[in-house]
Amino acid sequence: MSGAAKENAAIEAAALRSDRFRFEREADWKRLDAIVARMEKGQLRRLSDEDVQALPVLYRTVASSLSVAREISLDAATLAYLEALVQRAWFVVYGPRSSLGSWLRAFIGGGWSASVRAMWLDVLIALAVMVAGVAAGWMLVAGDPDWYGSLVPGGMADTRVPGASREVLMQSLDGTDGSTGLAAFAAYLFSNNAQVSILAFALGFAFGVPTLMLLVQNTAGLGAMLWLFNGQGLLLEFSAWLSVHGTTELLAILLAGASGLHIARSMAFPGQLGALEAAGVAGRRSAQVMSGVVLMLVVAAMLEGFARQLVPDPAGRLTIGLIMLALWLAYILAVGRTSHGADK
Amino acid sequence: MSAPPSKRLRGSGRDRVLITPEGIVLPITLASKGARAGALFMDLAFVTLLQIITTITLASIAFGGLSKFAEAGGNSDGLGAIEFLFVIWMIAMFLFRNAYFLFFELGPRGATPGKRIAGIRVAARANDSGGGRLSVEMVIARNLLRDIELFLPIVFIASAGEEGSGAAGLAGAAWFLVFALFPFWTKDRLRAGDIVAGTWVVEQPRRKLEAMMSAAQAQAQAQAQAGAAEVQHAFRFTDEELDVYGEYELQTLERVLRENRRESLQKVQQTIAGKIDRTDGQAEERAFLDAYYTQLRARLEARMRMGTRKADKFSGKV
Repeated sequence: MSGAAKENAAIEAAALRSDRFRFEREADWKRLDAIVARMEKGQLRRLSDEDVQALPVLYRTVASSLSVAREISLDAATLAYLEALVQRAWFVVYGPRSSLGSWLRAFIGGGWSASVRAMWLDVLIALAVMVAGVAAGWMLVAGDPDWYGSLVPGGMADTRVPGASREVLMQSLDGTDGSTGLAAFAAYLFSNNAQVSILAFALGFAFGVPTLMLLVQNTAGLGAMLWLFNGQGLLLEFSAWLSVHGTTELLAILLAGASGLHIARSMAFPGQLGALEAAGVAGRRSAQVMSGVVLMLVVAAMLEGFARQLVPDPAGRLTIGLIMLALWLAYILAVGRTSHGADK
Repeated sequence: MSAPPSKRLRGSGRDRVLITPEGIVLPITLASKGARAGALFMDLAFVTLLQIITTITLASIAFGGLSKFAEAGGNSDGLGAIEFLFVIWMIAMFLFRNAYFLFFELGPRGATPGKRIAGIRVAARANDSGGGRLSVEMVIARNLLRDIELFLPIVFIASAGEEGSGAAGLAGAAWFLVFALFPFWTKDRLRAGDIVAGTWVVEQPRRKLEAMMSAAQAQAQAQAQAGAAEVQHAFRFTDEELDVYGEYELQTLERVLRENRRESLQKVQQTIAGKIDRTDGQAEERAFLDAYYTQLRARLEARMRMGTRKADKFSGKV
């Protein structure tokens, strides 16, 4: 005779109705518990196909157990257990749906460009601010060359200072002396630029003013350098030198600034949504744009580190720069038109 | 579809409600400030540790390579290798700083190692339309803002003490502290990143399934009836004796029984016996309380099925 079976029968006969309810369903609960625990540990591969298929059904079963238990049971420990289990299972069942890989595909396939288009107004504002920054830098230095030192950080400028001869400036644009150190330079540029653009974006949360200041500060330096090279009749050469990576990099900075402004604007003018809702929608859209910005900065660093040093003549450099610009613009304007609004 | 949970012994001001797509109301608890701060410090420590280990490893490889390079008389292969190591180092540092949080929060736990240890996780903020799915964009957005919440305040505070920073430095530090301390003045303890991403940080529940109380008692009774042992005194309570208490007291009693500490059992038994004028059960507190618990629960659950609930002893008689 089996004592356990007899005992179980006795329990079933004598227990409360709510405990019999639990008794009948306990096996399902424990199975879900085990599956969820393994998924939480990231041991997805160790789950049998059977378990994976059973997960949604088990989740619904246990969820309905919870609903019923709330109606019929006063066993606080069981209710608390079920609540915790349903919550954990909910997080697993409704967790991040996409793996990073499939997210990346959707992102490249139109999520990114659609997000950029959705913040067109902020892009225009950021563009205006950047143009104004360049103009301001130029005019400040044109009025008083002493400004140059404070607009262009010293380490970066070295030989490129007011009063430098045409030859020295020309030399600084050459950069074909040897190819070692290019990869390291590119990695450094990327890391630095990416961190700055993340900062520009994050500052948008401070109602966008610091973002604007950062944009103006960076582009004013550019304006000052344009003035400097123009003074020696090297405007075209400098522009070509810059454009190799500059079109990509400036576009990335523009988008980072626009993302910051987008957040700032959505918080200041939330419209029909609540301020928190609006910030959330804008934040998720900006996150997409910013992921693209980081990607663009990788490309920019490659161009700056390799392509520019390997292509010495201005015409070639300008061509690369303009082709990159055209590619980015075509991508942003054209890709993912059909899935427009899917980012909401 | 499902009734909200009965009030249990919660009430810390951190309780929120999440409605699943199935219409189930789930209570969730926001993570405490202490747990979040602890998790953050642990994560920062882990990141720093990873960075140091990577740096030391790469540096030792590089120095090894450098000595070989010198031996070989300095051809450019050696330099290229060192440059390659530098590139790896640069990218690794960038990834540790920016992708550590991303990678772990996108996992099934929705938590970095620090958060896991602290027992908390990231979740999509619940609103009127129910709890949503945590998405990749949310996790990216909430982590992009760490720069102004963490990095900038530290830089500003560090430089505020230096000479020449002056009032502007102090103002900057204060300005950024506002953002760093956001969780202290937002309703759901949201940090800036949470606001922008539409997320919040909640406690990750962990509970074992406890034994069935009434079943344990039934089992004891069944064994007793089966014979061998001396027949235990079976406590029986009348409806009047049971009706003095409600659900709140039932759950308090459940807790006392589960904790099973002799002093509290005695105290509770005396209280109940005093309230219902029973003099028996002095020496058998556990059996007395088990019986009272089971019978009270049976009665309250029966009334519950009829649609009349009794919240606590102060609730009027039906």
